[in-house]
Amino acid sequence: MEYFLQQLINGLSLGAIYGLIAIGYTMVYGIIGMINFAHGEIYMIGAFVALITFLTLGSLGITWVPLALLVMLVSAMLFTAVYGWTVERIAYRPLRSSPRLAPLISAIGMSIFLQNYVQILQGARSKPLQPILPGNLTLMDGAVSVSYVRLATIVITIALMYGFTQLITRTSLGRAQRACEQDKKMAGLLGVNVDRVISLTFVMGAALAAVAGMMVLLIYGVIDFYIGFLAGVKAFTAAVLGGIGSLPGAMLGGVVIGLIEAFWSGYMGSEWKDVATFTILVLVLIFRPTGLLGRPEIEKV
Amino acid sequence: MTAISLSSPRAIAWPAILKEAAMTAFVALLLTIPLVGLRTVDRPTGLGLETRWDEVAAAVGLVFLGRLGLCLIREGHAAIVLVLAAAAAAAGFFIAMPTEALRIILIAGGAVIAIRAILAIRTGRSKLSQAERDKRMDHIAAQVQHASRWLGPIAIVLALAFPFTPLADRQLLDIGILLLTYVMLGWGLNIVVGLAGLLDLGYVAFYAVGAYSYALLAHYFGFSFWLCLPLAGLLAALSGVLLGFPVLRLRGDYFAIVTLGFGEIIRIILINWYQFTGGPNGISGIPRPSFFGIADFTRTPADGTMAFHELFGLEFSPLHRIIFLYYLILVLALIVNLFTMRIRKLPLGRAWEALREDDIACASLGINRTNMKLAAFAIAAMFGGFAGSFFATRQGFISPESFTFIESAIILAIVVLGGMGSQIGVVVAALLVIGLPEAFRELADYRMLAFGMGMVLIMLWRPRGLLAHRDPTILLHGKGGSGGPAAGTAAAGGQGIAGGSAK
Repeated sequence: MEYFLQQLINGLSLGAIYGLIAIGYTMVYGIIGMINFAHGEIYMIGAFVALITFLTLGSLGITWVPLALLVMLVSAMLFTAVYGWTVERIAYRPLRSSPRLAPLISAIGMSIFLQNYVQILQGARSKPLQPILPGNLTLMDGAVSVSYVRLATIVITIALMYGFTQLITRTSLGRAQRACEQDKKMAGLLGVNVDRVISLTFVMGAALAAVAGMMVLLIYGVIDFYIGFLAGVKAFTAAVLGGIGSLPGAMLGGVVIGLIEAFWSGYMGSEWKDVATFTILVLVLIFRPTGLLGRPEIEKV
Repeated sequence: MTAISLSSPRAIAWPAILKEAAMTAFVALLLTIPLVGLRTVDRPTGLGLETRWDEVAAAVGLVFLGRLGLCLIREGHAAIVLVLAAAAAAAGFFIAMPTEALRIILIAGGAVIAIRAILAIRTGRSKLSQAERDKRMDHIAAQVQHASRWLGPIAIVLALAFPFTPLADRQLLDIGILLLTYVMLGWGLNIVVGLAGLLDLGYVAFYAVGAYSYALLAHYFGFSFWLCLPLAGLLAALSGVLLGFPVLRLRGDYFAIVTLGFGEIIRIILINWYQFTGGPNGISGIPRPSFFGIADFTRTPADGTMAFHELFGLEFSPLHRIIFLYYLILVLALIVNLFTMRIRKLPLGRAWEALREDDIACASLGINRTNMKLAAFAIAAMFGGFAGSFFATRQGFISPESFTFIESAIILAIVVLGGMGSQIGVVVAALLVIGLPEAFRELADYRMLAFGMGMVLIMLWRPRGLLAHRDPTILLHGKGGSGGPAAGTAAAGGQGIAGGSAK
């Protein structure tokens, strides 16, 4: 039971991370119908910016942990958002009206570029970081220990999700975004600046991915330039699993993938956890092709 | 040069241009501060930071100037920009720069802007609309495809003659083999992506199945390459059917992600099942192919076998095997090409192209979608398997490292960059994607960086691929008003009746 709870917490925090990345995929897919393959790389850049910010703060002598974490969060979100914006501006916007495969290839190219860019600039070796937020919360007389970092991950993710949902459902920006998702041309005719909305979608997706990157840095304490690929694939899997285009679906898919991975590694060993993830994805798609929360696509002939 | 004199240069709106360039430079500043300006370095005490503000300043300055140049081209002052950009590129080339990265940005950026300026001067390109430009490029592509009727055989003859030219040393032959392997993979994937219109992101899985089939069969049973080649194809096709059966009813991007997942699953199995596959260490000592089972390519063959040089009474040379491998992959690739060109004229190929254009219309015309897609998938997988077992026998060593997603991406890039469904496009794209990085090996680290950027730039320049031009393989009122079937037979293989259709 204790072991089960332990894995549950691990799975939830991992799932929160996947969910945060998956939102970027699902929003972009919902609005322009493309797989933003470079999104995993954006998450990796977020992790690097967080690391660099922490080191900068350290060299400036700011060591008060809450302040450091806050500055890291803001700086990672800000700088990574600029990367998200630039990627969209350079690689995707000129291809808006092209055949469906063109932006995908462009995205794969961008992903290769960003990976090598970070590798050249920051070095290929993995970057270890001593724990910033050590300590555990022990439950059930010490049988279950939850590290503060994992707890913080879950709390921050919930807070972000709440804010984000408010943004999408309550503000005019969110309204414009949902309008573009339904019909870009009509939204444009009604005075929505479609280009700006799409740019902001990338900015928001990148900012959330940056938070995920920072969380991974805090939890695992080690990052390298290659972490983006697998995390990206899994987050996309999460988005598909939850039903692509659906925001709650992305979060749900992320949590499901995180839980599967945590329990599988907990009970069956960690070698095959990725196979388990993909197998479940295949099974879900076969029996429920629109994902868990997706709406069935209506085909017009 | 006439275009520039015709387009009366407007007065330059300096404030607007400067503002635009400054905005771009500001974005560049934000981009470069964390990753370029602050570098993490390993110190004995842990991670440390190094500052490189000079590089940030240089990058921001270059971006500012570059944007300024692009604005000026847009305003019709291409000639000045051309001179300046060329000068910048030359400066980067000849004058020593503080860092290598800066030099490459300077050369590449200067070259790109110079090329754009040249294009603007020569064609007045900036005045043309996107549609007109597409039309023009499409026309070129159509001409190339038309020309490929005689270009193709010439290219084949050249490829056949290549090993006997004095040019052919070990290194060039190796590059040729690599190139042909990717051409073959590209043609194989073209069946799925270009003809049947299914986006397969995990083609490397079948490549891996083929390679491991041969390696394991040779390792455990001592089977020869010539026996394993068909077996590997068969096993790869079987795995294609196994994967395809459940997932082919998925649509578009779901399908893409499942194939990607499948590619990863195969790789993870190869890594984790180490008792059987050797795990991350791979399999070494894979037997080399013999000369059709008749003779070996060794200097001193084992008892009871003949050596190739003895059979033909030649001086022994290690090049013989390389040349043999070169011809082997050339023939394999040509088989794929021939197969594709022929099958396009059969009902199966027609059905694929119809499926690509309109799924639903096909279903309502009574085409069994799943079976057709399954056939495309299995056939492409089979060719991937052939290529894989060739790869295994050429390398003599395989490991899961060789079958990562990036390989799938490269093969897909070859197909899409070439122009989907275009056979000659695959060759051109393979030359670009594989040949260029090989030619610039000394750039080492920057090779993949340039590769990624190149992919983006080609897509921006030609979103439909370099040689994308699709004429229907069959027309209702074809050439000179002859009926459909006649036009169909007139269609020369993969080229369709390009240029022949009455416009």
